[in-house]
Formats: sequence, structure tokens, C-alpha cells
Amino acid sequence: MTGSRNFLSRLSLSLAPLLVALLIAILLLVATGAPPLDTFAKLFTGSFGTSSKQADTFVVWVSLAIVSAGLLITFTAGQWNIGVEGQIMVGSIFATWAARGMWEQSGIVGIPVIILWAMVGGALWALLVAVLKIYGKVNEIFGGLGFNFIATAFNIYLIFGPWKQKTGGTLSGTEIFPEALWMPTLPELRVSPIAIIIALFVLVVIYLSLRGTLWGLQLKAIGKNIRAAFVLGVPTNPLMLSAYAVCGACAGLVGAFLVIIVHHRLIPSISSGYGFLGILIVLLSSFNALWLAPLALFFAAVSIGSTALQLELNIDSSLGGVLQGVLVLVVLLMQGIKEKVISK
Amino acid sequence: MEFFIAILASILSDSAPIIFASLGETLNERGGVINLSVEGTMLLSAMAGFAVAFTTESLVLGFLAAMIVGAIVASLVAFGSITLKRDQVAVGFILTLVAGDLSSFLGVPFVRVPGPQIESLPIPFLRDIPFIGPVFFERDIITYLSFALIIGMWLWFYKTQPGLQLRGIGERPEASFARGGNVKLMRYIYILLGGALIGFAGAAFSLHVKLGWSHRATAGFGWIALAIVIFGGWDPLKVAFGAYLFGALRASATTLQSSGLEVPVQVFPLLPFPLMILTLVIFNSRGLDRVLNYLPLGARRALTRLLRSNPPAALGTHFEQE
Repeated sequence: MTGSRNFLSRLSLSLAPLLVALLIAILLLVATGAPPLDTFAKLFTGSFGTSSKQADTFVVWVSLAIVSAGLLITFTAGQWNIGVEGQIMVGSIFATWAARGMWEQSGIVGIPVIILWAMVGGALWALLVAVLKIYGKVNEIFGGLGFNFIATAFNIYLIFGPWKQKTGGTLSGTEIFPEALWMPTLPELRVSPIAIIIALFVLVVIYLSLRGTLWGLQLKAIGKNIRAAFVLGVPTNPLMLSAYAVCGACAGLVGAFLVIIVHHRLIPSISSGYGFLGILIVLLSSFNALWLAPLALFFAAVSIGSTALQLELNIDSSLGGVLQGVLVLVVLLMQGIKEKVISK
Repeated sequence: MEFFIAILASILSDSAPIIFASLGETLNERGGVINLSVEGTMLLSAMAGFAVAFTTESLVLGFLAAMIVGAIVASLVAFGSITLKRDQVAVGFILTLVAGDLSSFLGVPFVRVPGPQIESLPIPFLRDIPFIGPVFFERDIITYLSFALIIGMWLWFYKTQPGLQLRGIGERPEASFARGGNVKLMRYIYILLGGALIGFAGAAFSLHVKLGWSHRATAGFGWIALAIVIFGGWDPLKVAFGAYLFGALRASATTLQSSGLEVPVQVFPLLPFPLMILTLVIFNSRGLDRVLNYLPLGARRALTRLLRSNPPAALGTHFEQE
């Protein structure tokens, strides 16, 4: 009996934040004069209603799952890798760079090179933040922000400068890639099974390496107390660099997918805020790798569903972002309240 | 000369929002709390300030609403970090995303609507001083307030008893508590005041500089304000200098834009952001120490004091008030 009651109370505790977030969303909807029930129904049908919507949701899931897996590594090492947005963007830039070099190539040669090159780009961009942090004592949040700004400016420069379309530079992005360099997808749908397999593979590798390897253990050690870890002989600098490189490579992979699966070109806001959403997912997961996949699915559904709101109910799609953010905030605050109650 | 005066004057008035935001954040961090929500707070308060000023046709109410919005977001940062002892960075980061999206969601009816704006208000007599008059005293009330805030905050920090106490709760909260100060209460007060200033900065954007509201109108400026606080070493005068430096970068980007360089024009408005952060990085990196080491001792000390300052010792930490 106590077992089931425990389960029930734990379930209600974890559902409560969702209810609070929903309540706030309802208040917002009522305040702006939109019908709440219709909106939520549309949020669901807009993300899972048809097979094409489901496919779109899984396209976003791939990006969110991979980037949050990478971020789990830097968070485990105690690092706030806010530069992840720029790392995704540089991944897309490197992917486009590789694609431009292989415009005439077949996909079998081209796509793997594009993906690998994008991962190299993302990792290098992340290492810049790590080097500044370790050797320049620059806080990683500001180093990361700086490199995000640089990536954004450089991306715009490329789109309107050297890589502009033959007809002139536009906000719509660079020239569309030749179809051979598009990631193969299911017929009529946007989702790529290979990308889903790669995302699952990344999740498993990150889970196992945090759970069962010396590297994972040492990362946890420097995340908990970097000085103590150093005194006990943990090679803190190489570990820190490796954590950033892994996260950057994951971000770069996402950048490649955004280019060769979603847009088939480089566009100005290519990273789509997925890096920041990844941070929210990791915060919500309480740094547990097993939670990343389901949470990423939930976030992907809300993101895709809210674009449907915009199209069909004329409700601004930013509602999805509000819902996601409020949920994470409420969870974080409720953990605090719980601890406060227990300690009394 | 005319051109030079015009540029200086525009830097001073365009920088006013960044002055309010970065000094608001300085107040927060001096009290020991990082408020990472500046970016989102500015977006939301810029929207709220414009919306209220537009519907009530009162600029005063618009600024008041923006300050209340700023204080509300800040109160969540305070509640999460001081009372519930959550990670300050996490709470602020989430709030930045929520407030940013909220500004887009609630701001839909006000996008690109022409609305009220601050009128210029030259000060009699002072405006007639050669050079200084046209640069400083032919501006508007918001710009004057930004001057007053810089001087006022510096005086508050370094010349008053409560200012000393404020620095104390950011440096050694235990000592401050032992001397009878209510650390938690004071931190709450300063974070709310700082948040209100950041909210004011948002309204200064939509009612004073950018005139009006559009999606993500102040994007990037909140992050820059955070960086400027570090650049300025948590000192009001140096923070203000950083804000004006950023203003100068923006003005020169606009000037360069029309000079026919072989760079796409779309890049120029973005350039000041990375340049500002790069400046911050160079000033704060250890490489600078090596350069300073080549200087004679006296010059080195003076320069170090000018360029360097350590963050408040208790910044970002929790305080147990038993």
C-alpha cells in the first residue's frame, strides 16, 4: 500500500509543474481572447495529428535529442555552455562549406563528409570557449555569448557576401543544395530514418559513457568540485576540453542536419534556438540521460504544435516557448520548495 | 565640428537604455545576485512599456509599467535564488527565455504601431555653453536621467553608509550579517531596484531610442548589458564608460556602413556585439597581464587598478541566515 501511495505522491509531484504551466498558459490564452481548449487540441493535432506532422515532430526531436545529449556532458563537467547556439550555427556553416566543395558529388560520398566536417566545426567553435575559460579565465557564459554573436555576424556575412545567390544576397539564404546532397528521407515526409538512428546512437553513447567509463566519472568529479578533483590527480584541463569538444561536435551534427535535412541551404537564423531549448531540456531532466529522449519529444511536439497554432488559429507561435520555459521554471522552483519543506 | 557634435550627442542619447540596464545589473551583482534575465526582461518591459504608453497615452505610465515588469521578473530571480536557493544562473536563464517569448506573444497587437515618444527638452542657459551645451544639454529627460543615475549610483556606492553596506552584502555577507544587517532583505530590495532599472531600460528603448515595438526589438542588448557590467568591473563610472564605448562602436558601424566597404551592409549592425565581447575578453584575459608586466611598476599599478577589478566575492553564492 505504502509503495503505491509513494508512487502516486511522486507522480502527482512530477505532474504538478505541468499543471501549473498549463494553468499559466490558459490564463494567457484567456487574457488574449483565444479559446484555451481549442488551442490545446490544436497543439496536439498540430504535432501528432497526421503522419506528416509526426514526421515534422521527429525532425525537431532529432535536433533536440542530440544537442541536449551534448549539453549533458558540459553540464556534468559543471559548465554552462551557452555558446551552443553558435556551435550549431558554425556546424551549419561548415556543412555548407563542405557541400560547396562537393556540389557535383554523389550523396554517398558527400553526406558523410558534410556531417563529419560540421562536427569538426562545432567542436572547434566550442574549444574556443573552453580555451578562453581555462587559459584566459574568461567566464564560459560570456565567452560563449561572444562566439554566438560572432557566428551570427559571420553567417550573415557569408549569406550576403561570398556565398550569396547568383541573383543577389537575400534573407532566404544561400543557393539550394543539389538534391544528391539532401539527406534521404521517407517518401513524402521530411523525417530521415538515418538521422533518428544516429540520434538514438548518440543518446546511448552519452548515457553509457557517463555511467560506465572513467571519463564519465572524472567529468562528474570536476563538475562537483574542480579543485578537489585536480588535487586528487584528475587531469582537469584535458577533461574540460574534451567535454566542450564532445558537446560542440553534437551541436555541429545538429547544424549539419538542419542544413541537409530541413532547409537544404544555409539561412540566417539556422540554429532556430534549439541550443537554448536543449539547455532547458537538460535542466528539466535533472541531468539524467534517460529523460532526455522523452523530454526532447515533448519539447519537439510543443514547438511543432505551436507553429500550427500560428497557421490555423492565428495565435503567435511564441506561446510554445512560454509553455516550455514556464514548465522548467516551475519544476526548478518546486524542487526548491520541496527541499525547504523537508529541511523544516 | 558640427558632425562631431552630432555623433557625440547621438551616442549619449542612444546609449541611455544600455546605461540603465547595465547599472541595474551592477546594483544586482553588487548585492551578490546575478540576474541573468536581463535580455528577456528588457524585451518584455520594452513591449509592456510601449503597450501601456500607447493605450493610456501617458509616457509616465508606460515607464512605470516597464519598471514594474522588470521588478516582477527580478522578484522571481530573487525568490528562486535567495529563498529557494536554486542556481541563480539557471533561474535567470529560464526567465530570459520565458520573458522573451512572452514579449512576442503578448506584443502581437502592438507590432509596428506608431505610438508616443519622448520629446527633446533642451535645458535653458546650459545649452548655450559652447560644445558642451549642444552635446549634453540639448537632449531629453531620459538622457538626463541616465547622467544622473551614473553619478548618483557612484555617490551611493562610495560616499554613503547604505552604499557601503550594499557592497558588504556582495563581498562578505557573513560580516554584514554579524554587524546586524538583514542580508536577505537587503538582497531582495536591491534586486528589485535593479530589476526596475532594467525594466526602465526596456521602455527607454521602445519610447526613446527605437520608437515602437516589433518582435525581438531589443534582441542582443540585454546580453551586452551583462557583459558591460563585467567590463566595467562593477563600478558605476567604468560601467557607464563601457556602455558609451558600445554606443561608439554602434555609431561607427553606422558610419562605416555608408562608406562603401566591400562588406554586405547587413553585417554592420551586428558587428558591435562581437567587438564588445572581444574587448571584454582581451581586458579580462591573462594575456593583458603579460603586456602590463613590461611597463614600469608605477604605470603598471595605475593601469591595473584602472582596467581590473575582481567581482564581488560572494557573487552567485547562497547565504545562510541563521
